[in-house]
Formats: sequence, structure tokens, C-alpha cells
Amino acid sequence: MSEFQTLAEAVVKGDIKTAVAETQSALDAGSKVQSILDKGLIAAMDEVGDRYSKGLIFVPQMLRSAKTMKECMKLLQPFFREGDITSKGKVLIGTVKGDLHDIGKNLVAMMMEGAGFEIIDLGVDVPPEKFVQKAQEVEPDIVGMSALLSTTMPSMPKTIEALLKAGVRGKVKVMIGGAPVTEKYAQEIKADSYASDAGSAVSKAKELLGVS
Amino acid sequence: MIIVGEQINASRKSIEEAIEKRDAAFITKVAREQAEAGAHYIDVNAGTFLDQEVDYLCWLVETVQGEVDLPLCLDSSNPKALSEAMKRHKGEPMINSISLEKERFGSLLPAITSQPCHVVALCMGQTSMPTTVEERVEVGSKLIKELTKEGIPLEKIYVDPLVQPVSVDTSMGLATLEAIHKIMNDFPGVNTICGLSNISFGLPERRLINRNFLALCIAYGLSATILDPTDKQLMVTILTAEMLLGRDEYCENFIDAYQNGRLTEK
Repeated sequence: MSEFQTLAEAVVKGDIKTAVAETQSALDAGSKVQSILDKGLIAAMDEVGDRYSKGLIFVPQMLRSAKTMKECMKLLQPFFREGDITSKGKVLIGTVKGDLHDIGKNLVAMMMEGAGFEIIDLGVDVPPEKFVQKAQEVEPDIVGMSALLSTTMPSMPKTIEALLKAGVRGKVKVMIGGAPVTEKYAQEIKADSYASDAGSAVSKAKELLGVS
Repeated sequence: MIIVGEQINASRKSIEEAIEKRDAAFITKVAREQAEAGAHYIDVNAGTFLDQEVDYLCWLVETVQGEVDLPLCLDSSNPKALSEAMKRHKGEPMINSISLEKERFGSLLPAITSQPCHVVALCMGQTSMPTTVEERVEVGSKLIKELTKEGIPLEKIYVDPLVQPVSVDTSMGLATLEAIHKIMNDFPGVNTICGLSNISFGLPERRLINRNFLALCIAYGLSATILDPTDKQLMVTILTAEMLLGRDEYCENFIDAYQNGRLTEK
């Protein structure tokens, strides 16, 4: 992140003022929008996710960094033309049927977005058929499911089965997470990956798609 | 302050294993410890077992009540498990919990009205979690009205205003506290109850946050809580907060606890 180190550091710290000023001066100096994004903002958010996973920083700090990135993105947006910016992959995400908890799912969506993924968020209480229908429509690389209750976890295998029946399962990777969910459970229901927190969700997603 | 001991919950690894092995000695030990620490109800939860929940919850009821002479808090959203567990329960159980979520209210109502019981009414909306004070009070009021209409007395209703993490939104602490205050004021005689650990999600030193939040909840009128009664710091927090709020005449309970060596912070 050398040439954008000040910018990246400001994003990691959540210093909106400095980060926005750095983004503007990088643009003024003629830096490529894609470089500012990759080497400044996304590199910073990778660092944030990594520190969060390790327990070195906490949720409010992560949220602050994400907000900082968002403010910087506003400056970059006018320069984006169709196809100009490459996404790391398309992620369809939602909290499963019967479950209204959205905090964990939102944190994952936010960090994935910060890492350069395109997010389609279906919200909460998402039935299997809705996952299927949207997956057919947007053709995501990853389907991500969240559940906070042991009683709603069975909606996960049901959704996987629905994806299978609809012939979509082979075209997507399935990631799951949430407080009662475990690595073992992911294997049992034949999900492709389990992530224990928003930071590791990013690294697991990259692993699944073979991107960095 | 009514204390519900939360330790016998299948989402805890040691409890899940004990239930699976039908290790009555372990379960009764955990029940006994909570009873001795001052619990008024012992929560029992076998929710992670899904298919076997009915059998396991019934086994927990019989096992725990075979050991301690306390009512239980039957922690399930499965109507069959609840009604079977209630049949085996001695005395009046607390049911944890009913909410306005579609399907949940109607499916749990028959069990709840089948025999006298106390009911936790969770302020979960029909389609989303409440965020503001107003949303919590609105859902809580609706639940109170529906439950009293079904013949459940106000005194047996425990409204859970839902605790959400301050790490995500720093207004979440006050949202719960003010909802407690408003519900207690609007419906004199009703109870409010909450768990504590959600408040500190995403932050370090969670136990420190939890017990300070508990003191604030008590100040805003909370009348019951679901916690680990063997956590001495939590119990000392309740005792101290109640004294400071003028609910301990001559500071008797506080001084008693000191003289009996129960004021230890460890």
C-alpha cells in the first residue's frame, strides 16, 4: 500500500477527514481510480478485517473504517464507468427463514463490500425459494446464509436442497455463519465454507473464489 | 429482583454433552449451584437438539425438579416441547418465550393458556427487530394486551424489551433502558426481564459491560433478569444497585451480605 499509505492508515483509523483529503489529492495527482481503490481503500479494509478477526480491534472501529471508506468512495464514484471497476465476485446474502437477526449478516455484507465484492442483500427471514429465485436472476458466485438461532439453522440445509433442486447449487459456492453455526455443521449440510466472523468471511470468500 | 439462572442451556457445549449422555449428576449439580446462588427460576433449554427436543426438555424438567425445589423457566419455541414439559412440571413454570412473530404467537398460545404459568413476552416485531424505544413499547404493549385478553394476569407477564449491541449503534443501551421504564409505567404490575450479554457483543471486557448495564436496567425499573447467578460480581451488582436505589431498608441486605462474606468481588 506504499503510495497510498497515508490514505490506508486513515481508513484503518477511521479518520474520515484525512482519508477524504488523501483520496482527493490522489485523484488530483492523476492516480488511477482502480489503484486508489485497490491499494488504498480495499487494502486498508483487508487490514481492518484481519485485525478484527484477531481480536485486536472491535466492532465500532470496524464500522468507523467502513464509513470512512464509504465517504472516500463518494469521491471515486463519478469516475466509475460501466465495467471500469472489477469486482472480486458477486455475493448473494441473507438471514434464513424464520430468523429476524441481521447484525451479523450486515457486518459480513459490509466487510465483503469493503473488500471489493458486489453484495446483493436479501435481508432477513429469507425463504429457500427466494434465495433460489434471486440466485437464478443475478447468478452470484457465492450464496451466504446467516442464522442466529439453533431453531432456524435447519433452514440452511433446506436452502441448499432448494438450490440443488433448481440446478443452481453447482454454479455457486455456499457460505454459512452465525452464533450457533460451526465448521462441523457446515460439513454436515455440505456447505462449501464456514466463517466465524466478518473478517474471516472475507478471507474465506477469497479462498473459495481463488482471488486475492 | 427475580433471577432466572441461565446455565442449563444446550447451546453451551458441556450442557449439550450432558443432555446427550443423560448425565443427570452433571445437570443436577449445575441446577443446585444456581439455586444456592439465589436463582428463583432455573432455565432449561434443549433447543439445539431439534428432533429430540421434546424428550430432552422433559428429561431436563424431571431431572432438575428432582433435585431443586424451584420452578423452571421452560426455554423453547417448540409448542410440542413446551406443552409436554409443562405437563411434567411441578408448580407454575415460566415460559420463555412468546412473541408477535408470525406463527409463533398462535402456535404457543394453546400451551400457555392450558395451565397457570408465567410468560416471557419478547418484543420481537412481526418482520424485524425493533430498534427504537417506540417500536419496543409498541410491540410490548400489543403483547401485553393480547396475553391479558387470553386471561394471563399482568403480574405473570415478563416483557423482554430486547437488548441489542451498543457496538453497532451507541443508542441501543438507552433504547432498552427507556423501553423498560415506559413499559413499567404504562402497565403497573407487569414485569420486565432481559438477558445481558447481547449489549456487549463486539466489545472487549464484556462482563464489565454486562454488569454495569444490569445496574442501569435496575435503575430504570427492570424487575427480572436472566443471568448466571453463580457469577458473584453480577449478584453483588444487583445487591448494591438495589441499595443505592432505596430498595434496601437500613441497607440490611447489603450489610448482611458483607457480614456473611458474600460481598466478595471474586
